[in-house]
Amino acid sequence: MAAAPGSATSRNPWFSLATDPSTAATTRGWVETLATRYRQTAWAVGTLALSALLITTGCGGGESNVDSGNRDGIFHLANAAEPQGLDPHAVTGVPENRILRSLFEGLVVKNPYTLEPEPGVAQRWTISDDGLVYTFHLNPEARWSNGEVINASDFIWSWNRALHPETGNRNAYMLYPVKNAERYAKGELKDFTAVGIAALDESTLEVTLEAPTPYFLQLMDHYAAYAVHPETLLQFGEMTDRFTAWTRPGNLIGNGAFNLDDWAMNRFIKVRKNDTYWDRENVSLNGIVYHPIDNQTLEERMFRVGQVHRTYEVPLDKVPDYRQMPDTLYHQDPYIGTYYYLVNIDKSPVDDPRVRRALSMAVDRELLTRSVMQSIVTPAYSMVPPGTLGYQPPQLFTFDPAAARELLAEAGYPGGEGWPGLEILYNTHEAHRKIAIAIQQMWKKHLGVTVTLTNQEWKVYSDSVKTGDYQIARRGWIGDYVDPNTFLELFLTGGGNNNTGFADPIFDNLVSQKAPRAKTREVRYAYFVEAETRLIETMPIIPIYTYNSRYLLHPSVEGMPGNLMDSLNWKYVTLVPGRQLPDAMQ
Amino acid sequence: MLKFLISRLLQSVPVILIVVTATFFLVRAAPGGPFDEEKAVLPEVRKALEAQYKLDLPLHEQYFAYLGDLFQGDLGPSFKYPGRSVNEILASGLPITAELGFYALLIALVIGGTAGVFAALKPNTKQDYIPMTLAMVGICMPSFLLGPLLVLVFGIYLELLPIAGWGMLPGDKILPSVTLGSAYAAYVARLSRAGMLEVLSQDYIRTARAKGLPEWQVVVRHALRGGIIPVVAFLGPAFAGLLAGSFVVETIFQIPGLGRFYVQAAFNRDYTMILGTTVFLSTLIVFFNLLSDVAAAWLNPRLRAQFQGGK
Repeated sequence: MAAAPGSATSRNPWFSLATDPSTAATTRGWVETLATRYRQTAWAVGTLALSALLITTGCGGGESNVDSGNRDGIFHLANAAEPQGLDPHAVTGVPENRILRSLFEGLVVKNPYTLEPEPGVAQRWTISDDGLVYTFHLNPEARWSNGEVINASDFIWSWNRALHPETGNRNAYMLYPVKNAERYAKGELKDFTAVGIAALDESTLEVTLEAPTPYFLQLMDHYAAYAVHPETLLQFGEMTDRFTAWTRPGNLIGNGAFNLDDWAMNRFIKVRKNDTYWDRENVSLNGIVYHPIDNQTLEERMFRVGQVHRTYEVPLDKVPDYRQMPDTLYHQDPYIGTYYYLVNIDKSPVDDPRVRRALSMAVDRELLTRSVMQSIVTPAYSMVPPGTLGYQPPQLFTFDPAAARELLAEAGYPGGEGWPGLEILYNTHEAHRKIAIAIQQMWKKHLGVTVTLTNQEWKVYSDSVKTGDYQIARRGWIGDYVDPNTFLELFLTGGGNNNTGFADPIFDNLVSQKAPRAKTREVRYAYFVEAETRLIETMPIIPIYTYNSRYLLHPSVEGMPGNLMDSLNWKYVTLVPGRQLPDAMQ
Repeated sequence: MLKFLISRLLQSVPVILIVVTATFFLVRAAPGGPFDEEKAVLPEVRKALEAQYKLDLPLHEQYFAYLGDLFQGDLGPSFKYPGRSVNEILASGLPITAELGFYALLIALVIGGTAGVFAALKPNTKQDYIPMTLAMVGICMPSFLLGPLLVLVFGIYLELLPIAGWGMLPGDKILPSVTLGSAYAAYVARLSRAGMLEVLSQDYIRTARAKGLPEWQVVVRHALRGGIIPVVAFLGPAFAGLLAGSFVVETIFQIPGLGRFYVQAAFNRDYTMILGTTVFLSTLIVFFNLLSDVAAAWLNPRLRAQFQGGK
């Protein structure tokens, strides 16, 4: 089959597209065709390069998101990650929360400045003297986004869904203070009518609690307690289904200040002002665009070129520069979260409380937060962050290397002699590693003990902590609501997030029996102080720092104050056109 | 030729089946599960979730159930994104990743091919050393370095191009395509240089020159066809690699493509998503390898003769 080069070529599909092989022509004809083709390609390449150049230069003068947003009242928020979904009873997470609270509204909302409850779907409410019965009077103007009135029965249906064992709602426990809710969620009780929620009439909802729960109104602002539109859900599936399409644009019926407009996975979620919202006159924004950006460096860059109004976080290494800028756009506010080390009190050598206290007292938190963490966090000496709705935790120890050495000597390891070794476990992350190294150095220097560091990938780490396969492990806890209870109830005997082996009946009694029944906030907080004192003296945890929220905020934004929960209330947010980023940012 | 195709297609079935089986059992063996989070999941909730995803069945039953669904083209629901199926997520990411890969490949071929051919024409001169040094730098420079550098220069200092997104702002496709394409351009340059060098020393090229053909005709018409065979062989796996390996670029530029889902799925222990992406990508790789084998066979007269003889 040794064909002549010319005919071989003509059969070659690469070149025979234009030249018909049957007329395969003379070599000359073929060359001419190729030459033309070559010229065409050259033209195509040239045109492509030119148009690329035109696009390139053309977009330099384009309007940024912030400029167009300020003009049209559209807020651009960098929102960390693609949300798991928009079903309030199926998802968890902060990015999800920020979207959900523009689409839905609870019975009660929070004032972003004070965090005190304000009317939401409920116009007003009364609380019985024993603190057990809450009566919510729904606002007759409250509407679903299709115009229907929101009834008390919608909430009953929704709470049934939120609590139903088959729904698999990870936040179901937010409703456990309601009478019989926990038993229903665990499947021990089949009849939902026995759960403490009832409609007195179409617009009056009565909620009966298991025990007095002073923070109950806070929970009503959580998306686990939101109502969903029953008819819409049933149109797409069963009540307890997680997989249906009811949350898609065009399908979703909500009751918040905004409606779902468009949703492109990993690109954006757009919401626009809801004309049926009862308080629409007080909503200033016309819309919000959520950008799922899971890369801190990138969102900082996007902020600098005016693509977002607010970042989710700020990269640690950029913080010092931002702090030094005049009129800085860097914001840092106390946040209801604690970073601490869990201690497995069943494992030697940390089964001895003296060793645990010595380790804790040998951590120089001031130095650690200043040098390693660039002062973006605050040293912590307690589990509950100070100032949680007026609560001041006891400070039972300070950085005191001398006393720490004495304690360690008492425990049988004078100057670190005979120390059997210890391991700090953390999930793989640069920030955790830096902290662990600093603490490793401090313990070496002040106590003469050596510890090793181990990092595990997130799911592996979670598994190790859950099964108690560790000596010391890092842990962070963000409060679910603004109350010391959200931190202290972690350490109830056998609690799912206790993980330390700490078990103290007196502590349990203080937190779960005495505190909820206290008549005043002062008495209640006194019980909490007593409980926390017992906790810190036993020291199943080594508190390290209290979180701060940190973000960059464009100067055109008003009504987005920092608060302990980093809680957004979109109703309060306004955009003032004409304000620019300072020149130092460009 | 048909026989060749059929036998290759049949060979790929067990390959994919092995990939499915290995992936299925390996992800289950990894510690931690899709429902493990920092906050403990209440036992009753976990039970309900596992029942919804059929995780409460014995492992082998889950495996056969999965295979059954797979043969019907159903990759199951995502664990991480309730309400979304894996098919749907793949379908949303694929066009974007494919478009990015296509542009990158185009850049690689045009820039790399031209550079490689020119280098081969005057080996061991400046015309060779400069593009080949650049190609070496291109191979060595990882995209997580090149991407931010381009962003810094063209996005932030010069303010010429958008720094992130895909199809949201004019010109935002340029930087990611260049970033992803440049490493491949470097490979293409080296491959086409090597291929051309070999071909240019052949007798039939000397004959062509002796006939007095202009140099560009010798190069374009006679040498190029043989010279680009290594590049064509490289293209199939390269395109599959572009699809699977664009993760870094997709992360830097915030592009909603496949690569990001693939890696996120592994971290999330999103079983169905891991399996779905793996099956999908391995099928693609098998397919593109096959495609490039066929193309290489067509370009090479000797191989082609073999097929035709064997018919």
